[in-house]
Order: sequence, then structure tokens, then C-alpha cells
Amino acid sequence: MSFETLRPSPALKEFLPIEYKDLVDHGPYGKNKKVSDMGKFKEIIEEHPMCAGCAMTLFIRLMYIGMPNPEHTIVVGTAGCGRLALSQASVPFVYGNYGDTNAVASGLKRGLDIRFPNQFKDIVVCAGDGGLVDIGFQGLMHSWFRHEKFATVLLDNEVYGNTGGQESGMTNKGKVLKMSPRGKKDDKMDMLGLAKVAKLDYIARLAPTNPARVARTIRRAILIAREFGATYVQAYTSCNIEYSIPTPDVMKDAFEIEKDRYGFEEIISDRAKEYLKDLEAKAKAAKKAKK
Amino acid sequence: MSNLDFVAEGKPADWVPLGETQTVVDPMEMFFKLPRKTEFITGSEAARESIRRMNVDVAIAYPITPQSETMQQAGYLYDEGYIKDFYRGEEEIGVMSACSGASRAGVRTLTATSGPGLMRGMEAISSWPGARVPIVLMDMCRVINTPLAIQPDNIEMSFMLNTGMLLLHAEDQQDFYDYPLVAAIVSEKVDVTLPCAVSVDGFFVTHARGQVSMTPKEYKLPPRDGWASAVPAMDNENPPARLSRDAPIQKSNFISYHMHSSWQQEVFAAVERSAKYFDKYLGGLIEIINPDAEEFLVASGAAVSQSREAVRQEGEAGRKVGMIKIKSIRPWPMRELVAALKNAKRIMVPEFNQAGWLHKELCSTLYGRTTGTMIGGPRVYGGMTMPTEMILEWLADARKKQL
Repeated sequence: MSFETLRPSPALKEFLPIEYKDLVDHGPYGKNKKVSDMGKFKEIIEEHPMCAGCAMTLFIRLMYIGMPNPEHTIVVGTAGCGRLALSQASVPFVYGNYGDTNAVASGLKRGLDIRFPNQFKDIVVCAGDGGLVDIGFQGLMHSWFRHEKFATVLLDNEVYGNTGGQESGMTNKGKVLKMSPRGKKDDKMDMLGLAKVAKLDYIARLAPTNPARVARTIRRAILIAREFGATYVQAYTSCNIEYSIPTPDVMKDAFEIEKDRYGFEEIISDRAKEYLKDLEAKAKAAKKAKK
Repeated sequence: MSNLDFVAEGKPADWVPLGETQTVVDPMEMFFKLPRKTEFITGSEAARESIRRMNVDVAIAYPITPQSETMQQAGYLYDEGYIKDFYRGEEEIGVMSACSGASRAGVRTLTATSGPGLMRGMEAISSWPGARVPIVLMDMCRVINTPLAIQPDNIEMSFMLNTGMLLLHAEDQQDFYDYPLVAAIVSEKVDVTLPCAVSVDGFFVTHARGQVSMTPKEYKLPPRDGWASAVPAMDNENPPARLSRDAPIQKSNFISYHMHSSWQQEVFAAVERSAKYFDKYLGGLIEIINPDAEEFLVASGAAVSQSREAVRQEGEAGRKVGMIKIKSIRPWPMRELVAALKNAKRIMVPEFNQAGWLHKELCSTLYGRTTGTMIGGPRVYGGMTMPTEMILEWLADARKKQL
């Protein structure tokens, strides 16, 4: 198990950086930490170069807390704002080419299944609307229709943030942004609709307004992907720079957008519901036996 | 259901993948010691037999002529259990990206493509060396430019020359059986850890029959060791301490420029380090006929076969013409070529492409190192064949004009 390779020999430990020692002693590996534990353990992501007040960063932080087995998880991303935070995390990160995430993840997952047949290795694709819905659309769709066994998390800030504010397929109709000087002509792409067409076993849309719900959603997406194949989480993660949201009002915006149009939607297939129920029952039984 | 769940895919519970019945042998034994039997088969069939013995974990491909003949056979090999996982990808960017993912997981990965497919996958392919992912890429060359054609033409190889890829050029069906096996082993050497393409001239080799001497199918190469590589596999079996953040190539600041250049230097140094292995497994990076001749034909791929015949016919006419077959394009056999051609008076480079990339490579190597005349041609392209007479005429013309 990788957690064992993480643990340094006692003689070496005192010479390691404090951050590493904290990860070993107080990190989430093998401990199943919850959102309510925040502040009491060493998180997978702490330092990052994201903009002040960025909602995407909060979401990413919560995503890592939601991972059922961070010690056996690999995140796959691509160019965009998200990778600036993802590459700072203490979970390995594959920074691929433009729009290649879901193809890379397909190969990676299949390869790891061959090498580690008795250990779940969780793959999470985490990228923005430009990376996944525009340039990565083909790879995304095919990984869904192939029901590849990993979760895809779309950081939907409704704009190309990292390249300086161009409209994307996920931008709302009429919005004036760079490259849509007269307002975007077409509708926001209906990725949830496409996910339904692909018959994914778990589909969710949410805003980072409820931290525990974010962690739970990610957890479910990863667990169900292990068993039944592709899952999809779409998260509103506003770009306060390009949408001119004052930093103190970022969460106010998240609540408003959630209420006005984004909402919370969770679609779980019957077999996935059964699976989750079974997992919960087993966890309860294990807890009871421990007592 | 796992991708490896064969019962769910219709196999009986007691089914044994045929790959598991094969015996692993040392590469040297596979390449030089095991008995061989000769069959008269196409290049695509030779490739299939090579894959059967390669111990492939994951094969991914997208159909394109003339590659499809091989990769649909790889599908059958998967069905028989010689390949552990296989699927038809969405297109070549997806396929080449998925191959990089599979290789990052530490397993032996194979794909194949042709002409426009190679071009489509090029963004991903050119990132493989930097990612240090061993992958075997079979490349069945065909026309890539407009007007659209599926005919043989190896201009696409020139696009791989400066990527950091290892690149072999198979002459015939026999090479297309041998080279991919060598490619798999060399690309996974710890001090190499690079992808290797094996190019072959489409149709002339892939769809034509030739004598291929092969080892028994009951033997296969050793598996890839996922723990042994220049860059650790992305398997989360290593300390997960900010792997990417601490890799300086991911940063956009002054240090990253320095580190990125070091990273590139290391990739190209690894290409050079692979030469000793190819030399051992291929029996030399080049083959020389009539080493003491004053006139030389220097070629790679199918142009070698035509050159061989030209050398034979010149010999019958009482003229000794030398020939050099370049097996490995990357690593480039610079020392061997300089040594072999230092006394040559006339060097002619027949090629199956319009640009003459091999001639250019050779000119840059021999500039200032030979007093011989370099002649770029004859060249055929767009699907044309190269009759031996064409080479003979070019030789006669060069002699007449005292080039």
C-alpha cells in the first residue's frame, strides 16, 4: 500500500521538511477525514497560487476531502486555472496536453487495473469547461459512452479564465466576453443532458455552497465509477476576475446563482443506489463491530 | 465489471488466456537462440506474430489504411488472450493520449497508425518522450498530403525526427516482425525510458508477402517491469508529496526555463544511450554490403530492397557498388556512417518521399567528413514504386556526368 511507502523510517523522519512530517502524522491518508474535521488535519491542498476569493479553489479543496482513498488516487487535468491548484496537491497529478484528459485517464485506469488487480486505484479527471467541454469534448464523450471507470469533475467557471476571459461552450447565451464581443450567440451546452444520454450511473450538478455536500458528491462519483464506470460532477466555480465579482461577494454569488439557475441535481441509477446502500450498511456494521 | 473480467465478456469461467500459457524467455534468447521457422506471410501478418510474442498489456488503436490490417489482428490476439486489454479509440489524439496514460501506469503499451493518423496524433506523440513513456508505435507509412491518397510514401517519418522518439525503419516483412520486439525491450530500459516507433513502407511491405523467420509462438518476451523506469509510474505507489509542484518543469518562472532545457537534453541523451542496446539486439545500427566500394547507395526501409537488387545487378556487370542499410533513424548512427563512408567517392540516397529527409540527414552528418559527392535521389512518392532500373540509370548518369 502506498501509505506505507509514504511513511519514512524513524531515523530519517527528523530530517524531512515539516510539511512532509505533517502529511505523514496528520494527513488524511487512510483516515477518511470529513469536512467537519477541517482545521484539525493536514489537508491535501493548502498553498496555491489561485486568485484571492476564487470559488474554484474552495471546491478543489473540498474535492480532495471527499476522496475515499487519496493515497490511491491520481488526478488528471489539463491547462486551465484548476491545474494551478491541482498541481500543488499531495496527490499525484497528470498534467497532460490540451483536451486529452479523458483519453489519458482511460489508458491510465486500464493500465493500473492490470498492475494492481487487488487494489482500487481511483482516477479523477478534474478540468475546466474549456478543457473538457470544448477542446476535450470528443475524449469526454467517448470515455462516457465507453463507461470508463473514472470520475470526471467539471470546474464550470463559464469562461476561459487562465487565458484571460474568452467565452466557452459553458458560457451563458448573450454574455459579452472576449471572443464574444456582441454577446455569446448560442446556449450554454447541456452537459447534464449528454451525461443522461450516455446513461452514466452518477450525474451531479452543484455549487460549492454546502461543503459537506461537495465532499459527499465527489465521494459518490468516485465510488460508483469504480464499480459501474464513468460518472460526472459539474460544479459552478465562478471566476470572480472575469465576471467582476467583488472578492467578498464570491460566496454570495454562488448562493444566488445556485438559487437562480444552477441548483443542485443528483441523478443516481438504481444499481448505483443499491451499491451505495450496501456500502453504507457495511460501514455501519464495521463501526458497530469496532465498538 | 472490470475491463479484465473475461467471463462478463462471454468467455467460459475456465478460460485461460493464451498469453498465460506462453513461456517467458530472455530477449537475447528470443532474438538469437530460439529455433525459427520460416513462413510466407504479409507484413501485417508478420506484425501480428510480433505482437503475439511481445507480452503486450494494453493495445489501443483507431483504424486507418494500411494499418488496420494489423490492428484488427491485434483485436483477435486480445480475444485469444495474448493482449490483456484492447479497445478501438475515438481517433488518434484520443488513442495516443490513452497510450500515454497506459504507459504512465507502468504497463507495456502498443499502438499503430498510418500517415494522416500519425499527423492527427502528433501533439500527443511529440509529448511522449518528455513524459518518458515507453510505448511501441507501429507506423505503416502512407501519403499525408493533399490530394488525399492511401498510397505508400514515407514523408511522415520526417515529422518524428526531432521529437525525442526512437525510430526504426523496417525494410521488409522480416524486419517488421523483428524490430517491434526489439523496440519494446529497448524503450523500457531504465536509462532509455522512451517511446519507439517502428516505421515501415505501407502496402509494399504490409500487404505483400515475404519470407519471415519466426520463433515458436509458445514463447514471449519478459513483461514490463513497472517499477523500473527513469521517471516513476503514475501509480501512487510513490510518496505523494507534491509530485507535480516540485517537478520544476511545471513552473512558469526563470528556473523552469533552465530545468526545461535540462529535461530536453536528458531526453535526447537517452536517445543516444539507446544506441548500445539497438546495436546489440539488431546486430548493428547499419548493415554494410561491399564496404570497400567507392560508390555507395545509402537507404532505409523498402528503398533498401531496391538498392540490394541494384547492387546485385551492378555486380553481375562487374562493377562493385556498396550499400548501407540504416536500420535505426533515431538514434542516428553518425559514427558508423562516417566510418563506413569516409573513403566513398559517390554517395547516392534513394528514397520513397519527395523531400528527401534521409539525404538531408546524411548530408548534415557527412559535411566536412567526406570528399565524396552526395546525390539526393532517386526519389519516388505519392504511391510510386522504384524500379531497380531507376537506381541503375541514376548511377550510370552520375558516372557519365562525373558527379
